[in-house]
Amino acid sequence: MRPTDLLCITPAGLYCPPGDFHIDPVRPVARALVTHGHSDHARAGHGAVLATEETLAIMAVRYGERFAGSTQAAALGRPVAMGDVTATFHPAGHVLGSAQIALEAGGLRIVASGDYKRAEDPTCRPFEPVPCDVFITEATFGLPVFRHPDTRDEVRKLLASVRLFPDRAHMVGAYALGKAQRLMALVREAGWDEPIYIHGALEKLTDFYVSRQIRLGDVRKVGAADRAALAGAIVICPPSALQDVWSRRFPDPVTAFASGWMRVRARARQRGVELPLVVSDHADWDDLRRTIKEVGAGEIWVTHGQEDALVHWCGTQGLKAKPLHMIGYGDEGEAEPGDVVSGEPPAASETPGP
Amino acid sequence: MNRFAALLDRLAYEPRRNAKLRLLADHFRTQPDPDRGYALAAMTGSLSFSAAKPGLIRALIAERTDPVLFGLSYDYVGDLSETVALMWPAPEDGAERAPPSLSEVVETLATLGRSELPRRIAGWLDALDETGRWALLKLITGGLRIGVSARLAKTAVASMGGMEADEVEHVWHGLAPPYVPLFAWVEGRGPRPAASDPAPFRPVMLAHAVEDRDFETLNPADFSAEWKWDGIRIQAVSGADEDGLVRTRLYSRTGEEISKSFPDLCDALAGIDGAVDGELLVIREGRVQSFNVLQQRLNRASVTPALMLDFPVAVRAYDLLVEAGEDLRALPFSERRVRLEAFVRRVDRDRLDLSPVIAFQSWEALAAARAAPSEAGADVDADAVEGVMLKRRDSAYLPGRPKGLWYKWKRDPHVVDAVLMYAQRGHGKRSSFYSDYTFGVWREGAAGDELVPVGKAYFGFTDEELVQIDRFVRKHTINRFGPVREVVHEPHQGLVVEVAFEGLARSTRHKSGVAMRFPRISRLRWDKPPIEADRMEALERLLGDEKTDPAPRA
Repeated sequence: MRPTDLLCITPAGLYCPPGDFHIDPVRPVARALVTHGHSDHARAGHGAVLATEETLAIMAVRYGERFAGSTQAAALGRPVAMGDVTATFHPAGHVLGSAQIALEAGGLRIVASGDYKRAEDPTCRPFEPVPCDVFITEATFGLPVFRHPDTRDEVRKLLASVRLFPDRAHMVGAYALGKAQRLMALVREAGWDEPIYIHGALEKLTDFYVSRQIRLGDVRKVGAADRAALAGAIVICPPSALQDVWSRRFPDPVTAFASGWMRVRARARQRGVELPLVVSDHADWDDLRRTIKEVGAGEIWVTHGQEDALVHWCGTQGLKAKPLHMIGYGDEGEAEPGDVVSGEPPAASETPGP
Repeated sequence: MNRFAALLDRLAYEPRRNAKLRLLADHFRTQPDPDRGYALAAMTGSLSFSAAKPGLIRALIAERTDPVLFGLSYDYVGDLSETVALMWPAPEDGAERAPPSLSEVVETLATLGRSELPRRIAGWLDALDETGRWALLKLITGGLRIGVSARLAKTAVASMGGMEADEVEHVWHGLAPPYVPLFAWVEGRGPRPAASDPAPFRPVMLAHAVEDRDFETLNPADFSAEWKWDGIRIQAVSGADEDGLVRTRLYSRTGEEISKSFPDLCDALAGIDGAVDGELLVIREGRVQSFNVLQQRLNRASVTPALMLDFPVAVRAYDLLVEAGEDLRALPFSERRVRLEAFVRRVDRDRLDLSPVIAFQSWEALAAARAAPSEAGADVDADAVEGVMLKRRDSAYLPGRPKGLWYKWKRDPHVVDAVLMYAQRGHGKRSSFYSDYTFGVWREGAAGDELVPVGKAYFGFTDEELVQIDRFVRKHTINRFGPVREVVHEPHQGLVVEVAFEGLARSTRHKSGVAMRFPRISRLRWDKPPIEADRMEALERLLGDEKTDPAPRA
């Protein structure tokens, strides 16, 4: 069996003909295997969904209980037979519940890793390398300029700024699923005992993390009336809220943003960020290369991100590699389509005039 | 180096002046000598490393990385120092290396031979982290660009001892990096450093803008009036030290030394033995040129003999602060003026003349002079007049902007009705507001009338108007480009803004071919449909009026 017989590209995403299912399809399909709960990978409206129990729960939080015709929870490391193919979920270290999916048929194993990272994360299981023939990797940060620093140093930077500017609210943009909760956990690890304030859009997913025994300490939703009193507080919100009218009432806000993109100054400045925090849930350049070596695959397929550089590097290592040019997957920082926050309607006093 | 790097990193993202001051003062307070002194030197432009060129950095990275990967990375990042800092590979032996201190870097670069340089810089890059490498490369290639002026850095130092920046300014030219005696003084551990410089900067006296209602209370007899020339306010100082060596320096109004840009003027003023407050102007064959002409000299990176010949600069004197070692600043203006007139006559330099006083009996008469300078004594130089200055005859020369003594009364600005085309978010407090506006006027295009952008403005409006425009932008966005929103601008849909500006110059860098000086939003014209906004022809006519004489060789 050739790899493309086991897995090929269709307009809806990766498709497995012998098993008749898609992986992370971007439009509704009959049967979907979903790697993790980010909205560009996990969409509502499929006939049947196979995913980890956490991912299914996250989809229910986001889309309501009836997000798919039927669901089935995949246990990690336990093969599920799908026609002539078996699918096995392995932890990907990206966000809570995230998994790689290993497909096997006729002695061939392809691993679709979804989004993954190798860095430590107190809110999810670490990535496990799975030996395979074909490894499908993301390349969000697939350039040698992206080498993520130790997240503890980034969090120290945030806390140092709060100490230096105790009269200003520190507004930290972070994605609603995963990044926000990881940041809270890291801030706690660094010894911050004050309440952490969150935007309403983070509430449900944060509650879900807490219900899974992930300790985040005293987390409070920001009420409209509290905003002016939050000098010296750490406030976590979706990135879009940083530019929204919502952020106006806070005392002299410091605009921070937790993302791998913050490594590049121009990207931070374009967003008007004053305190960039390089905290990413994706593998950096070094970890992409390390992972490719560890899984021992002879052939690498590169999905979304900076494919050119990674494909070029694979060539220098004697590995067969190709970009898949898949459409519909946002890279970190650019989009989580389901997370766009319109913000609270502005108070009457904020909108005088014609 | 790591702490210095962290400071630069933070400053580079910080738009607010007060926050920058706090970051700087915090750094100076917590860092030891001589590191903090070298940091101060870097901020005040007192360091230069001529041997460390971008070419050297490119060669170092080319030895260590795949050229394709470097190319892709450089394309993405867009800045050489940053690309190199980010992709510099960790040394293969994996050994921990102690990062250099800032002092080590500065002191080594000052003494090291050119051939030794690449190896040493590579060693430092091996030992530093990303931010440290970025700061090192920015430092040695001379491109800090972190939005900190020398004045701001000195203000931060002064704040450590509860002092004003002017006190630091006063002793500054007797000091050299790493400024150990300076820090000892501001921290109360040492004596005030001697101001041994024979040509130091004296803090400048500034004027308030006069308002209409001021004229009801001000008595014309108390004031002297003179033209406000449209050049650069400078202070020209010359004096001899104990060994008789003459020093001549030119300072901007904030105390930055700008002598290097005007060696011809320094030579022409050498030995005047005094401190003159005046306006730097381009004067060709006895005629003052407009600011646009002066700008052409200011914009050049290197001062060549040809440039000095084509753009001869001179000082038009307003005031005399020091004469032969005597400090005149406590004298009333009228007495200083008598001294100034005698001084200018006595030293008799081609490039130093007197800013004439305007005779007037009433505010009405002065208003007439201001409206038509050419008939009130400014003659052929009238184009370079941007208004009049009023100075109380009894005013001492005081630093800063004291109330009630000096006033500036500018000529009315030009105004044009333009259409809002693009908006960009502001910084800091304004980061959630669209507060930077690009506006355009109509011109005839290939497919009928079209709007062409003619300028950008980000102030002039009230806080309330900002909220209104912000709301308009959010509701009428038709396109997004990164942080920029394009707003609707059609003949019958869009926002007309009245833009006030000081002058207009031809420009090849702008699509419209013109560049505005000092544009700001003076009024929102919700009442006006875009089709009634001004046309390019109106601006073209203004260009005719401005008489922007091109440089003879340009």
